[in-house]
Amino acid sequence: MARSAILGSSLAKKYWMALTGLFLSVFLIAHLAGNLQLLDMSPEGQLKFNAYAKFMTTFPVVKAVSYLLYFSILFHAFDGILLAFQNRKARPVRYAKENAGANRSWASGNMALLGTLILVFLVIHMKRFWYEMHWGGLGLDADGNKDLYAVVAAAFSELWYVALYVASMAVLAFHLLHGFQSSFQSLGLNHPRYTPIIKSVGVFFGVVVPILFALIPVWMFVNR
Amino acid sequence: MGNMKLTLKIWRQSGPNDKGRMETYPVHDVSEDMSFLEMLDVLNDQLVRKGKDPIAFDHDCREGICGMCSLFINGEAHGPGRGITTCQLHMRKFKDGDTIYVEPWRSTAFPVIKDLATNRSAFDRIQAAGGFVSVNTSGNLVDGNAVPIPKHDADKAFDAATCIGCGACVATCPNGSAMLFTAAKVSQLALLPQGRPEAKRRALAMVEQMDKEGFGNCSNTGACEVECPKGISLEHIARLNREYLAATVTKE
Ligand code: HEM
Ligand code: SF4
Ligand code: FES
Repeated sequence: MARSAILGSSLAKKYWMALTGLFLSVFLIAHLAGNLQLLDMSPEGQLKFNAYAKFMTTFPVVKAVSYLLYFSILFHAFDGILLAFQNRKARPVRYAKENAGANRSWASGNMALLGTLILVFLVIHMKRFWYEMHWGGLGLDADGNKDLYAVVAAAFSELWYVALYVASMAVLAFHLLHGFQSSFQSLGLNHPRYTPIIKSVGVFFGVVVPILFALIPVWMFVNR
Repeated sequence: MGNMKLTLKIWRQSGPNDKGRMETYPVHDVSEDMSFLEMLDVLNDQLVRKGKDPIAFDHDCREGICGMCSLFINGEAHGPGRGITTCQLHMRKFKDGDTIYVEPWRSTAFPVIKDLATNRSAFDRIQAAGGFVSVNTSGNLVDGNAVPIPKHDADKAFDAATCIGCGACVATCPNGSAMLFTAAKVSQLALLPQGRPEAKRRALAMVEQMDKEGFGNCSNTGACEVECPKGISLEHIARLNREYLAATVTKE
């Protein structure tokens, strides 16, 4: 395959954007399923969560997928910012008056801004949990597993962290509201019969997934 | 004569190298039955009588078929209203006393020639890169009707072929992308059996030219489809995405 297959053309950049974006979306479901265990704040629930965290950081298949995930996030962010810079260059003089609301959703015109905010959140988020789990000095729970639950509970007892988390999920929601269905179009998957279904699934996904994510810190803060 | 009075804020730029600026013009004697271009004619007449430089803008057929007129009016390509070009926009869409912004298409690939007139020959070069079917003209032409084409495909190809190359899609797109235009020009041939033999080469060459001209990337905002005077569908962009993907992974 020629250079254009990787990043050479505008379309190739979008294929990768769509593939990594969809992969990240699928990952969100898996991540959410894990997080929902946090809602069980009983001592047994805490031990179960820590055992799950251990499994997720040591089981080889999960580890392999996680490397693909790190790569996808970095590539998606890099590719997205590259696209945004090129788009900016394509319109050197801005309109004095632009009625953007007349023809497009706000999210669709602000994907790079939304993405960059997600990236900022990811850095803070991974420092707090992922870095601590891998390299931090975590205490051990009754079963001898790293007590990630305690780290999470501590973070979610701080109001500013809960607020940041909830706000970031709103940002994610807007990114997904446009992004989910957009990725199908980027890959050429448009059909009069199926596209309306894809759009509905995208709206459902973009609303429900971020709300469930945001529910967890709120729940843990209220019940702390 | 009409009785509307308007304030126009119009982009003036004496040439490609001038920086350009918005200038304010009062215009009177506007009838609501005039088209937007006729209103500009009235303004230009008033300017010329005062010995001033008239405003340059593109136009030709003045009936919505040539794609020559342009103008970003009050923040929208071809102004408010759907499925129309600027020559089909009537002054009854506005009210007496309105202030109207008039700007040229803004795109790196469409440099301003003067005032509101831009150079859209980038579209011609995209078209020339592959938007054609090679026909043997040496006397052994095949009868077009000898090749059966399903009505549904013929209709879709025709829908794509109604693109008049006006550039509203580029002007509207927040990224300055030319995907709707290029997709229409690829689709009008890709959907027909006569277009298939050169389909791969066509998709690759036209996208390559599109990128070379400095257009932006498609974010699927859908703004182009809304503002396109001919209602060219996003379906065609998806088709171009498929055509190009297939061509990229199978080319030798
Ligand atoms: C969990 C995290 C994320 C998910 C699930 C996600 C998902 C998606 C999806 C599905 C798309 C649509 C792709 C397409 O139109 O073909 C997209 C587009 C985009 N994403 Fe993300 N994304 C995430 C994080 C990020 C980050 C961290 C950035 C960093 C800058 C980013 C920047 C962008 C940009 C700029 C676009 C628009 C590209 C374009 O159409 O021009 N995203 N995202
Ligand atoms: S696709 Fe529509 S907006 Fe774009 S050039 Fe063709 S007719 Fe004009
Ligand atoms: S002047 Fe021909 S389309 Fe408007």
